[in-house]
Amino acid sequence: MVVTQPPARRGAALLLTASDGRTARRKTVNAAMTGLVGGAALIGVGVLAVILGYIVRRGAPALNWAFFTQQPAPLGETGGGVAPAILGSLTMVGVGAAIGVPVGTGAGIYLAEFGRGRFAATVRFIADLLTGLPSIAVGAFVSAILVRRVIHSYNAIAGGVALAIIMIPIITRTVEEILRLVPANLREASLALGTPVWRTIMRIVLPAARGGIITGVVLALARAAGETAPLLLTALGNQFFSLRLGEPMAALPLQIYTYAKAPYEDAHVKAWGSSLVLIIVIGAFSLLTRLATRQRRFR
Amino acid sequence: MAISAAARERRRGDKHLLTGGQRRAIGDPLFRGLTIVFAGAIVALLAAVVLVLFNDSRAALGRYGLRLITGQVWNPQAETFGMLPYIFGTLYTSLIGLVLATPVAIGAALFIVEYAPGWLRGPISFIVELLAAIPSIIYGLWGFFVLGPFMRQFLERPMKAAFGDVPGLNQFVAGPAIGKDMLTAGVVLAIMILPTIMSVAREVINTVPDTQREGMLALGATKWETIRGAVLPYARGGIIGAAVLGLGRALGETMAVTLTIGNSSTKISPSLFTPGYTMASALANQFNEADSPIYFSSVVAVALVLLLVAGIVNLIARLIVARFGGDTRA
Repeated sequence: MVVTQPPARRGAALLLTASDGRTARRKTVNAAMTGLVGGAALIGVGVLAVILGYIVRRGAPALNWAFFTQQPAPLGETGGGVAPAILGSLTMVGVGAAIGVPVGTGAGIYLAEFGRGRFAATVRFIADLLTGLPSIAVGAFVSAILVRRVIHSYNAIAGGVALAIIMIPIITRTVEEILRLVPANLREASLALGTPVWRTIMRIVLPAARGGIITGVVLALARAAGETAPLLLTALGNQFFSLRLGEPMAALPLQIYTYAKAPYEDAHVKAWGSSLVLIIVIGAFSLLTRLATRQRRFR
Repeated sequence: MAISAAARERRRGDKHLLTGGQRRAIGDPLFRGLTIVFAGAIVALLAAVVLVLFNDSRAALGRYGLRLITGQVWNPQAETFGMLPYIFGTLYTSLIGLVLATPVAIGAALFIVEYAPGWLRGPISFIVELLAAIPSIIYGLWGFFVLGPFMRQFLERPMKAAFGDVPGLNQFVAGPAIGKDMLTAGVVLAIMILPTIMSVAREVINTVPDTQREGMLALGATKWETIRGAVLPYARGGIIGAAVLGLGRALGETMAVTLTIGNSSTKISPSLFTPGYTMASALANQFNEADSPIYFSSVVAVALVLLLVAGIVNLIARLIVARFGGDTRA
């Protein structure tokens, strides 16, 4: 395509470097906006630094052997630890994973391998919607059934189920995305050998996407480990060691809440310490998944 | 090798082939069915949540009707339940968060896409997104012990001194500045939804074709004029979607708000210093204390309204973002 150029105007070069008031104002606005935009990015980075800084500085003094091994001291007394809360968090995240991982992965497999048409679109949409649901509403739902109707006591199972509901949509969508990255010719090669579809998926597709699936699951676990609101309505919390699933159980986020509200300095120190532990666990998860996904694609 | 293997296969006879075929005939539909069940479980889950919450709030809905939502008095002892103050608190704090977070999030997204050198883009995105990985309760702890006192000392008292006597503005700073109020909760929410809005806005701005920018630059526009005239109009729809998505997140936020909002006044007031409730913080505070059936039913009704409001806002956000491009899973 030929573009006819307008006749070059004399003084055009002059215009480009003009230093009249209008140009000066435009340049000032440009510089100011550059500053503002940079400032916005700085706020984002700065806020994280400030929050992490507080957690490390106030939390680190709380960490010692007793902190990780003992039961909480009665409120108001110094000493003790948060071992039951760590154990409880592990237990309930474990229960959540036992339910959430198979359901989430299964649904993800359906969406990636079979999902076409309206039903699949609905599932996809609802999974997205579920990730945005208020977690406290999930807690209210589980509590209304498992605590009020079935077990008649605050219990760890309900906590685990609530965490599972939070994990499922995250796992489903990650698994679907990862499986879609597995090259079609891997499936075709397997199917051409006469392998049934289900074996192809179980033995070829899933192993090929193993890294990505683990990433999705770990991400969901990290998210669940930090959830507080649903546990408050279901597992309630506990100051003592307990592994009974039908009874109230402690959890790290719940312990932070209890300690934060308590009017004692030692409790506050422990709240910061617990936060530090929680953030280290979640941060390690995040970093690992970041490294794993950086190796690109589906491995 | 291959031939001898094939021969071995043949020697095993038709029976083996037949079982292979049979296994597929059973295995494939079974497997497919199983995954459909799991996928269906997701749909059933949402339906169950809505139905159970609706069912358990029917007693309150039946007894109070619309007053349950429009009533301004929430008094469990008198069995009077009107959740308007909670709805107001939720909307007010979320709006504060949205107003504070959106410009910063768009700025940060613009910086990452338009200004930052290549090596800085990844790290900055990662750092801002890490904000999303911090659990709600930790924001609450930080807001309770650090931000709240800071706000009282360095923001709310000066605000009160500056606007306390200005007609019109003074109603926003009415009441004592205590640092555990709507404003503090709103600021915490702003920090929490910043990564959500930022990462969706970044995706959307990324999809703006370079030809748009080049056209403006070729006309002699400055960088900012390019962004204002070509990039932002093109990305506007998606950015609005990003903001609405952030709003959806703010509406349901519980622990951070519960620890910073004060939870003591059910007065509906425009004052930023109201130590009020949100629906979520009311649930966190009262769900376990609701001993009588009608109290419990009313509290569940709060959960239902929260679920519907947050669900509808999320729905709208996802529709907007889906239409204008970008990834909503932030």
